[in-house]
Amino acid sequence: MKKPMKNITLTSLVIMVAAGLLLSGCTSGKDAGNKAGVANEPYKIGAVVDISGNSSSLGLPERDTLLMQVEKLNAGGGINGHPVELTILDNKSDETEAVLAVKKLIEQKVLAVLGCSASGTSMAMINTVQNEKVPMISMAAASTIVEPVKDRQWVFKTAQSDIVTVKKIIGYLKEKGITKVAFLYMNNAYGDGGKKVFINEAAAAGIEIAVEEKFEASDKDMTPQLTKVKSSSAQAAIVWAIPPSASIITKNFRDIGLSIPLIHSHGVGNQSFIDLAQGAADGVILPIGKLTVASQIPDSDPQKKVLLGYIDDYTKKYNTAPNSFGGYAADALSLLVSAIQKAGPDRAAIRDQLEKTQNFTGVSGVFNISTQDHNGLGEDSMVLVQIQNGQWKLLK
Amino acid sequence: MDISGQFLQLLLTGLTLGSIYSLIALAVVTTFSITGILNMAQGEFVAIGALLAASLCAAGMPLGAAFLVSVLAVAALGGLLERAAIHPARRASGLTLVIITIGVSISLRGLALLIWGTEPFSLPAFTKGGPLFVGGAAVSPQSLWIFGLAAATLAGLYAFFELTYAGKAVKACVINRTGARLVGINPNTMSFLAFAASGALGAAAGIFIAPLTLATYDMGFMLGVKGFVAAIIGGLNNVGGAVLGGILLGILESYGAGLVSSGLKDALAMIILIVVLLVKPEGIIGTINARKI
Repeated sequence: MKKPMKNITLTSLVIMVAAGLLLSGCTSGKDAGNKAGVANEPYKIGAVVDISGNSSSLGLPERDTLLMQVEKLNAGGGINGHPVELTILDNKSDETEAVLAVKKLIEQKVLAVLGCSASGTSMAMINTVQNEKVPMISMAAASTIVEPVKDRQWVFKTAQSDIVTVKKIIGYLKEKGITKVAFLYMNNAYGDGGKKVFINEAAAAGIEIAVEEKFEASDKDMTPQLTKVKSSSAQAAIVWAIPPSASIITKNFRDIGLSIPLIHSHGVGNQSFIDLAQGAADGVILPIGKLTVASQIPDSDPQKKVLLGYIDDYTKKYNTAPNSFGGYAADALSLLVSAIQKAGPDRAAIRDQLEKTQNFTGVSGVFNISTQDHNGLGEDSMVLVQIQNGQWKLLK
Repeated sequence: MDISGQFLQLLLTGLTLGSIYSLIALAVVTTFSITGILNMAQGEFVAIGALLAASLCAAGMPLGAAFLVSVLAVAALGGLLERAAIHPARRASGLTLVIITIGVSISLRGLALLIWGTEPFSLPAFTKGGPLFVGGAAVSPQSLWIFGLAAATLAGLYAFFELTYAGKAVKACVINRTGARLVGINPNTMSFLAFAASGALGAAAGIFIAPLTLATYDMGFMLGVKGFVAAIIGGLNNVGGAVLGGILLGILESYGAGLVSSGLKDALAMIILIVVLLVKPEGIIGTINARKI
């Protein structure tokens, strides 16, 4: 009976092809324009956010923040009397979807594009905005989003670059006299960006990387990678990832009985990291924007007022505390609004104005953007925290 | 940890991973043995079971009760889908039915996205306490629960198919539908029961693995594919083969990731699938070809 076998082979191949097709999906959009009868023509702004998929823990608070800020802005009269019409598109944490979304927004004649939430999706849009000459403000971390500046004339970003985070971590390692570390990272643009910068900075600081391992964003068990860490002589482990995989590796780290310090990147700066790790997050050290520890920073800090204001607005509207990712979105919109205020509705003028931003106190730090630096945040925009009993505690 | 400790750790991790794949493969094989349909929505049963249990637990229901309610609910969902989507098309070709299950899978994932959103959910471990250490390698208590569920399911299914009258009736259906009808077995009822059972099994697997892997609306897709690969390796209508296929896949992935490169993990499953289909399409211990009608 040979025939049924052939059928099964054929069926299996059809299924594999179909499985590939399943990975794509559909688009969803959300408008948050002002419908009130305002005489002035609205200013159109677009945003591409990772609302669903692997980076949704970043994208959701960003979307909520953008909706909240635009509502507030329009209630206060918009920009120079023009209401703001914000169109948010979901890229489903997918690079191809991000490019399609940004093209759609540019066709709708937006003045500028905010997004994306993750480094990979942000990188995917750069080519399009460079060619179309549309200002873009990313909310993701990788330094390569805005570097080299000569190829990124139209691209800015609000999240601290990897280099700021890496320097903060290296400073901590040196202080503790740690010279051998394990470095584990997510196999995507965020992890890869962190790895490159860390390797450079570690070499400069005389820190040896004993183990270097990567894992997929969708992986469910990182014990094999951690096994290598355990059999090495690393004195600390540094993980460059975002939840949920960052939470899973933290659980695996405790389960396998590793007792060396575990240091994460700012990618885990949200409550869901702690919740999903179910207690395993206690003891984790990470550099983070000041938002999560706003009440613990001294009153003399210039950011304190902005931080508390944002926390108050967000908590009132959504009944939950905001996180750093929402902060990146708040800053992206504020920077853009302030640039449009001065430059008017002209893409090139907005770009030039963004590049002149100085001493702009935002949620993520004090921005000093220049022709060399399209991020504008320094080491002072971050603090080291440790998670204790599920709470963020400022490390003195 | 020395090199033997490292090997042992990878083996234990591979066994955990493999037991998860085995459970899904068992559900795939059960449906296939009874109805001749490859259910590509199997992974979604796993995801919905895990998400439902996580929500019920978060709402304050004890874990045991949440487990029972979720398993029953997903079993009902499986049965409902069989009546709504498979039964009306029961005279269509096998390929058409597989494509229907792919459609069902996409719909279920969309439904899960609407209900639960994109956030991952966690479920508490069944037993408290840290990992156990075996010869320097750590194994979490939850892994033991998963081994236990896989072993119990295998034993249960084996006993059902080989030792009970109902199990033999089920096997008769797949060997010869018309013949089974003539002796008074109703293949339509069997098909309904098969989908309900695979729903229950999928949900149970989802709830057992959620404390380790977290539950997300899209977790089912990759698990479904891996379960499918495990079932193919084992030979599609052989419960022992499904477990063996799952464990083999889990161990290979674990050693592949731990000793060679972690990027290799998912590729390995697909490479194995292609090799098995090309070289030994009846599965490593399959019996499809051997059966003479």
